[in-house]
Order: sequence, then structure tokens, then C-alpha cells
Amino acid sequence: MPERLFSAVAGLGHSLNNVFQRLGFAARFFMMLLRYSGQSFCRFRLTVREIYFSGFQSLLIMLVSSLFIGMVLGLQGFETLQRFGSADALGVMVALSLTRELGPVVAALLFASRAGSSITAEIGLMKATEQLMAMDMMAINPIARVVAPKFWGGVLSMPLLASLFSAIGIFGGYLIGVVFIGVDEGAFWSQMQGAVDFRFDIWNGIIKSFVFGIAVSLIAVFEGYDAIPTAEGVSASIRRTVVNSALTILALDFVLTSFMFRGL
Amino acid sequence: MPFDDRLIHIDKLDFSYDDRVILRDVSMEIPRGKLVAIMGNSGCGKTTLLRLIGGQLKPTGGFLSVDGQSVPDMPLSNLYALRRRIGMLFQFGALFTDISVFDNVAYPIREHTRLPEEIIYDLVLMKLNAVGLRGAQGLMPSELSGGMARRVALARAVALDPSLIMYDEPFTGLDPISMGVIGQLIRKLNDALGATTLLVTHDVQEALDLVDYVYFMSGGEVVAHGTPDEIRKASDPVVHQFVHGEADGPLRFHFPAPPFGAELMRERANA
Repeated sequence: MPERLFSAVAGLGHSLNNVFQRLGFAARFFMMLLRYSGQSFCRFRLTVREIYFSGFQSLLIMLVSSLFIGMVLGLQGFETLQRFGSADALGVMVALSLTRELGPVVAALLFASRAGSSITAEIGLMKATEQLMAMDMMAINPIARVVAPKFWGGVLSMPLLASLFSAIGIFGGYLIGVVFIGVDEGAFWSQMQGAVDFRFDIWNGIIKSFVFGIAVSLIAVFEGYDAIPTAEGVSASIRRTVVNSALTILALDFVLTSFMFRGL
Repeated sequence: MPFDDRLIHIDKLDFSYDDRVILRDVSMEIPRGKLVAIMGNSGCGKTTLLRLIGGQLKPTGGFLSVDGQSVPDMPLSNLYALRRRIGMLFQFGALFTDISVFDNVAYPIREHTRLPEEIIYDLVLMKLNAVGLRGAQGLMPSELSGGMARRVALARAVALDPSLIMYDEPFTGLDPISMGVIGQLIRKLNDALGATTLLVTHDVQEALDLVDYVYFMSGGEVVAHGTPDEIRKASDPVVHQFVHGEADGPLRFHFPAPPFGAELMRERANA
């Protein structure tokens, strides 16, 4: 029995050691990424190309998801609010839910699974097929040329996608609440205008999505660059990108929310 | 400083991954303008040696210099300056799969020069013409056969007219015609560019017909070196076995294992 206990404690210690070691590698990698980020801005077309691949190509899934989430919020919100005779506050409820929480969080989760996984796969496969090594031998730094533009492309895309997500979600709520159910259109928009504060609600949502963008993009490029250069290795890296991103987003959301909205 | 006839000078070089020794006490001198082959069985450390010369790995001991500069001691900026004068062909080409053949060859030129697009166009066509693939400029790497991909990678490796060209197993997986074509191209490019060429291969006959000098490696050590004729006549049992493709000899076919009979009996005892 004590042997089993010792081996369990040793296993736990080993796992924790691995986690901290990887966190250390990721931190070092992040520093290197920042150091070689100059090219991403001096040759901004490299970053624009990545914004197209990560951001623009994620638009469809973002817009469709946000429309449905907005419509569900409209339905559920109306059903609950009308019990208390506050159906006119539907606009406020939909807008606050989306700008403060659902917009940044769900957009980041979708971004991690749609763009994050493909960033990891692309970098991992470039490593497995020696493309990164070939680039390095051509005296072209792969972190500056490939990794940093993908990272900044993701970071810059994320707030734009989250803002669009919230806007289309609000439209979905409007569609259900006003067009189909018949909530007063004037009350829907005017109450929203009165209750949603730009700095407090919208700006904090944008800051959240920016932080999520940094986290997801860093995880995606790190996992790709650190992938074991085999089919199984790349597959495991993609899985880690999706799982670690989702957990990081949710944990960061709690931390950011507790700082931003603790006065409420 | 006197002109050094050796482009690459390696002296008592050691390299190991943790406790696993890959190279032991390797010494070589690669003269300028010559085509030199490093031959040996799979896993003898040939590719590792190329990576050490290119500065992608750091040796655990010994001395390694390219053009009079110690490679392991170079800061990254100097290493990149050196690599601009080195062309390397990887075993499977390592072409960038998201861009066309033309853009692959143009890639190092665009990254390292500020030449106008019209001149880059002419340069790329010249390189592609040299490897016989001018007509394939618009194709994507996925549309190329193995031999064509290797030729495109060759055109990319020499795009900046390097003074040192390194080939890592350029003949692997090629049919005899492609192998002959690649072999001729390696020789022609070496002579036309006045470059020094380092060819890592285990294709004995193809390489011996092609090169000026051979270093023969086994188990991480240089076991023989000489001209192709000297290597063909070498009495060293490892070289003899390798050159004549003999199954039995000092190079074992079987990975080290306990006696077969004893292992079978253990399986039965466990059953």
C-alpha cells in the first residue's frame, strides 16, 4: 500500500514537473517571439495574409454561430423577462450578455478550434517535412518569417471577430425578440442604448478578446513549433491546442471578469 | 592570413545526444572546388555531420570551421551570414507546399536581395532551366514527382549561387533515370558554379562515379577515406562489405538482441 502511494505521489510530481517545464519553454518561446516580431510589422503584408487566413476565413462559422446564439438569447431572455413584466429589457439583456461575456468567450473558443488548430497543424507539418529547417538553412529565421506573423495575425483578428460576433448576436436577439415575438422596437434599442456603457461594457469585452487572442495564438504557434515531427506528434499538438486554449480562455475569463466587474 | 585551401576543416569532432554517442573523433578536410562524398550505412551519423557543419547542432567536442570561421562559436548573425553562402538540398526536398515551383525557387532571392521582380523572374527561369523544369514553373509541389521535387529543391538550393552546396541523400527513392539526372546535375552545378560540394549518400556506385574524394563512416567514426578508386580497392572489411553490398560482415543486419532460441523458449515458458 505505501509503495502504491509513493508511486502515485511520484507520478503526480512528475506530471507537475512536466507542466512547469512546458510552461517555462512556452515563456521562453514567447520572449523569442516578441524579439523576432519586428518583421511582422515592417513587412505588414505577412501579418495581413495571416489575418486573412485566421480571421477572415473564420468569419462564416463566427457569424452563423453568433446569429444562433443571439436568437437563443432572444427566446430564453423573453421567456424569463416576461414573467417579471420586463420584456422591454430584452435588448439590454442580449447586449450585455454578448458584449461582456458570450462575444469574447465563444468567439475565442471558436477561434481556437477553427484557426488555432489549423495554425498548429500548419507549423507542425512544416516542421515534420523539414520546411522550417530548410528555411533556417537559407538564413531565414522561421520564428520571424512564419511564427510571428501567424501569432500577430491571430492577436489582431480576435477583437475584430469578437466585436462582429457580438453585433450579429444582438441582431439575432432583435430578429427573434422584435420581429418574431413583437417586443417594442423602440424599447429594445433605447433601453440597450441607455444601459450599455461603452467603456465599461464594450471596451472591457474588447480587452478580454485581445487577451484571449494572445493566449490562443501563443498556444497554437507554440504547440505547432514544439510538435514531435511525426503524424502522431502533430495530431497530439492539435489536440493540446484545442484543449489548452479552451481551458485557458475559461480560466482567464474568470480572472478578467473578477477584476473588471467586481464592483457590481 | 594565408589562403586556406580547405573550405571545411573538422578535427576530432564529437557529438552525442545525452549519453548516446553519434560522432566520435571525426576529422575531415574538404578542399575548395571539390565534390566530396560522405558515405556509410544508415544511422552512422552522416546527416548529423551536415547539421553540425550548417550550425544547426552544436558539437560536444572538437573543432569545426567553414571558410576559416569556427561554426559552433559563431553568433546567430554571423551564422546566418555564412548560411547565405551555403545551399542545402534536403532528403525529401523540403519544398514549401503552399507556394508554386517558381515561388519556391524565388523565395531565397526575394528574402535576401532587393532585386526587382523582372530580374528575379529571369534568375528563377535560369535556375529552373538548369534543372530542366522551366516548363513546370507554375505547378504546385504536390503536382511534382519525387525526382522533379528534388530537382526543384536543387534549383532553390543554388538560387543564390552558393560557395558550398550540401546534399543530404539526394538519390533516396529515385528511379535510375532520375538518379542519373540528379547525379549529372550535382557534378555540373559544382563545376559551373566553382562551388564546393558535400554529398551525403549511401548509394555507392552512383556516388563513386561522381565524386572526387570519399570519406567513409561507420558507427560515428571515419573508417576510411580516399579517391573513389582507392575506396573500391579498400581492404577495410566495413568498406568492402558496403561497396560490394554483402549481407554478412562487420555491419550486422540484425539489431542487437538476445539469442533467438532463448527468446522463443521464454515465450513458451510464459504461455
